[in-house]
Amino acid sequence: MIALLIRDLRLAVRAGGGFGLGLAFFLIVVVLVPFAVGPQTQLLAAISPGVLWIGALLACLLSLDRIFALDWEDGSLDLLATAPLPMEGVVSVKALAHWLTTGLPLVLVAPLLGVLLNLPVQGYGWLVVSLAIGTPALSVIGTFGAALTVGLKRGGLLMSLLVLPLYVPTLIFGAEVARRGADGLAVKTALLMEAGISFGVIALLPFASAAVLRINIR
Amino acid sequence: MLTVTDLCVARGGLAILEGVSFELAAGRALVLRGPNGAGKTTLLRTVAGLQPAEAGEISGGGEAIAYAGHSDGLKAMLSVRENLAFWASVFDAGGVDDALKAFDLVTLQDRMAGTLSAGQKRRLGLARLMVTGRPIWVLDEPTVSLDAASVALFADAVRGHLAQGGSALMATHIDLGIPEAEVFDVGPFKAKPRAAAMDEAFL
Repeated sequence: MIALLIRDLRLAVRAGGGFGLGLAFFLIVVVLVPFAVGPQTQLLAAISPGVLWIGALLACLLSLDRIFALDWEDGSLDLLATAPLPMEGVVSVKALAHWLTTGLPLVLVAPLLGVLLNLPVQGYGWLVVSLAIGTPALSVIGTFGAALTVGLKRGGLLMSLLVLPLYVPTLIFGAEVARRGADGLAVKTALLMEAGISFGVIALLPFASAAVLRINIR
Repeated sequence: MLTVTDLCVARGGLAILEGVSFELAAGRALVLRGPNGAGKTTLLRTVAGLQPAEAGEISGGGEAIAYAGHSDGLKAMLSVRENLAFWASVFDAGGVDDALKAFDLVTLQDRMAGTLSAGQKRRLGLARLMVTGRPIWVLDEPTVSLDAASVALFADAVRGHLAQGGSALMATHIDLGIPEAEVFDVGPFKAKPRAAAMDEAFL
């Protein structure tokens, strides 16, 4: 499984691998928002946690259909299915590789982009914490969506429609943590809810993803 | 030893072959024959465990099988050696150098797999079998896009595998030059038309 992780990371950083795609998208969205909203620093400060979260979520969505589609096209998915790795392990590693190449860079770059949106000083820590806890859930849920739609031509749109509603709880509580943090309020309840959702999907969804993948490669 | 008993396989929810039985002992090769669409690929995928059988039993397969389908499962942006080394570590086996030698890929080992010709890709895909360390090779049209010299390399690899107590189940139309291979014609096992269970589409 380590070999699979290393291979996926290596493929991601080589030409055409899509590493940085989500990051660039995130950057552009966040840079464009102040232009659209106008130079009202109070308003920007109020909406910045939500905008950063939406940007991160959409950036995550952008690269989801690559998780299994490439392996499906070149036949490696069939070969992985007959390899001694459990399918649950394969989907977990795929989700981890997606998070390392998409989610983690978003978490790291978010504080820098917070400056552009006039995020209040006390909000930076909680923004990073909420993204660090929430983005793994986005990758795992996205992997499930990708497993559901693998093998469908133009499955990307269908996958977005399937995955976005599943992202709602993570978005609500993640953005709530960031917002309350920025306003200097207590974040404990929202943080626990967000963490609970993340740990829940990380523990359970790989089984669902593996099951639908087995059906899809028939 | 791979034993298939009274197997029924389906494609798209319709039974395509039924009553298929054969045995594949260690050191033996079995060549599947049949016209296009007869169900050779479906049979091989079922034996490899990629899809469930409609009826019947397959024993001795599972973890013993190394499957190679129509696509080679290569990553264009990994080098020839990296592709093989990946599969070797997935299957927890070695032999990358031997596999490169057996399929005459040593001089190509640092090339990106995406820059190989179709025949060279195929050779790399077949070399992957040698790093799986698994006894039963299940091969679907292994010689597609290979030239005569490469077919000979492949036949040597299969013979070497059989000599080590392995076995091979292949669907192919050409003569591989492996005289000990038995031929199994799937034609007589064509399933009779009938209303299939249509709940398959909703599973």
